[in-house]
Amino acid sequence: MLTIARDLVDKMVAHARADHPDEACGVIAGPVGSDRPERFIAMENAERSPTFYRFDSMEQLRVWREMDDRDEEPVVIYHSHTATEAYPSRTDIGYAAEPNAHYVLVSTKEADDVEFRSYRILDGVVTEEEVTVIQ
Amino acid sequence: MAIEVRIPTILRTYTDGAKAVEGQGGTLAQLIGDLEARHPGLKERLVDKGALRRFVNVYLNDEDVRFLGGLETPVADGDTVTVLPAVAGG
Repeated sequence: MLTIARDLVDKMVAHARADHPDEACGVIAGPVGSDRPERFIAMENAERSPTFYRFDSMEQLRVWREMDDRDEEPVVIYHSHTATEAYPSRTDIGYAAEPNAHYVLVSTKEADDVEFRSYRILDGVVTEEEVTVIQ
Repeated sequence: MAIEVRIPTILRTYTDGAKAVEGQGGTLAQLIGDLEARHPGLKERLVDKGALRRFVNVYLNDEDVRFLGGLETPVADGDTVTVLPAVAGG
């Protein structure tokens, strides 16, 4: 289960809306082992594409080092789908490599409604999980 | 002196859980070969058909080795090599 504060959900949705029709992506860091997303980090989509995303490798190094220095880990890794539902694509599953992360998908397919779902992706197996939004 | 190699969570099954290991070599390819001797299986997760896998980012100190010389990038004692899984998808 993913438990996440309302303002972090709002930030992910706002980022996804802002970058639409390209995919938006980012990380929410939290203390190692806490499973608590706290620090919102919007990342550059190096692909700048409506169908792909990839963290810029240099930005990723900087952000991952910063997390390391602060004893944090990527609790949430999010990206948007801009023309399809909020379900991991085959490429999403192929690349997923953070066993402790919640993979959050935001769909901006509908202009007036946002789909927001969370998954664990481990060794090619996708498991959807419940999301609890707290104030 | 040796070369420090920082290992991401997903690959720590090959290093008995260690976050960092040490190795030697004159190039990245040699360093990975040296690590493979003590951490069997690691090489296959990093290299495919003589090139770095697309799924991983490897950095020499502060540079992505893709912008240096890939597997032929020279490495030396005191360097730090960082491995991170690429974060990407569709």
